[in-house]
Amino acid sequence: MDASLLRAIAPAVIGVLVRRGADFATAEDAVQDALVEALRVWPDDPPRDPKGWLVAVAWRRFLDAARADSSRRQREALVEEQPAPGPGAAADDTLQLYFLCAHPSLTPASAVALTLRAVGGLTTRQIAQAYLVPEATMAQRISRAKRTVAGVRFDRPGDVATVLRVLYLVFNEGYSGDVDLAAEAIRLTRQLATATRHEEVAGLLALMLLHHARRPARTRADGSLVPLAEQDRSLWDTRMIAEGVEVLQAALARDRLGEFQAQAAIAALHADAHCADETDWVQIVEWYDELVRITGSPVARLNRAVALGEADGPRAGLAALAELDPALPRFTAASAYLHERAGDLASAARLYAEAARSAPNLPERDHLTRQAARINAQLRG
Amino acid sequence: MAKYLLLKHYRGAPASINDVPMDQWSPEEVSAHIKYMRDFAARLETTGEFVDGQALSPEGTFVRYDGEGRPPVTDGPFPETKDLIAGWMVIDVETYERALELAGELSAAPGAGGKPIHEWLELRPFLTEPPTITE
Repeated sequence: MDASLLRAIAPAVIGVLVRRGADFATAEDAVQDALVEALRVWPDDPPRDPKGWLVAVAWRRFLDAARADSSRRQREALVEEQPAPGPGAAADDTLQLYFLCAHPSLTPASAVALTLRAVGGLTTRQIAQAYLVPEATMAQRISRAKRTVAGVRFDRPGDVATVLRVLYLVFNEGYSGDVDLAAEAIRLTRQLATATRHEEVAGLLALMLLHHARRPARTRADGSLVPLAEQDRSLWDTRMIAEGVEVLQAALARDRLGEFQAQAAIAALHADAHCADETDWVQIVEWYDELVRITGSPVARLNRAVALGEADGPRAGLAALAELDPALPRFTAASAYLHERAGDLASAARLYAEAARSAPNLPERDHLTRQAARINAQLRG
Repeated sequence: MAKYLLLKHYRGAPASINDVPMDQWSPEEVSAHIKYMRDFAARLETTGEFVDGQALSPEGTFVRYDGEGRPPVTDGPFPETKDLIAGWMVIDVETYERALELAGELSAAPGAGGKPIHEWLELRPFLTEPPTITE
């Protein structure tokens, strides 16, 4: 019995219950119960029709719940409304579920939690562990999120961009626990890509694949960070890179560029270089220009300045950096790097130490402290 | 078992014996220090004494209520003299002596020249739940 197969069916089962007249919040709870039941029963007694089994069990759970907290008349009306189970529009249901869980009325943290539970089929405990909060806190976050979207019509199409932002957050800001959130984000984005032909969905999927492919090279055994230029590229997952590039090319061919496609294009250019020296920085700067044009994001400008430092030399990079707000995250680290490339070691050491103090996480702080220590040791001779 | 909070300070604790800023160490010394800290926490997990540990950013702000309908008042960043916590570890141990022993071990983390930092750590007992039997 494969838990990921089970979780892949979950959104469609919620969809069936909702189309039968269940409210989303109760349907979602019922499907969670059914998933837990399936994990218990299926190993010894696998069903012939897993989805049919889940629908039957979840629907029974839903009726039990409805019986518990609603009047007899409502319940009977529901049972009578129940349409015959049929082949149903599973892809549409799944897509609607993504929209609902990423609804603009939800805060990003709530949308992330709800997406992982309802679309991803993860348990509240797994989500709580992944985000390092107590299970009761996560349970509250999810039930509040469900109340927030209680009045939202399930059949109304939503904005793909909001869904992509949620999936990007899951991929980029997942922490720890026994669930690999990056892999889960890829699974959910892949599933979304089969439900809609939106170019940016493909762009985000490509971006995730291209970054995930480099993961084995990104940290050493002791947990320390390895900068891109120093990574052992033989550790990169070439099959995943090939898939990412293929997905990206198909998206770019449709000629509707968006921020995720542009970011994926940059990742693809990095993936394409056999060693750091072979990196096509000129093209990377061009893609950052596109990204800045699309998003106007100061973070994109910062990255562009660093790329420009590689393409046209560190002085050009520093000049581009000088036009940006020094309060930007990682501004000081970028400045330290460019100063070192420009040969100004004293400034670089001072800036690395300063960047370490404002680092947003421990691995980055440790990395920047090591950089400062390395240059100071060089300066001492 | 009793829970203790081990506090590490950026500022405000008495100066360590081996008091050299980290960016003046060699890169190998930095790595050795980080490894020591990680191994220490990992070992406490295996002995069943580790509860939680977090590092804090040096950026911080004082905040207070400023009356109905007004936004909270903020103050900071703190003056150089202000006590500034760098991080904490919560341990759950049999005795006060064991807590002292562990704090001492943590304070012996290697610094410049590979020698122990002798950093001052603050050890604070948790207030406990009241016992069921009181007489």
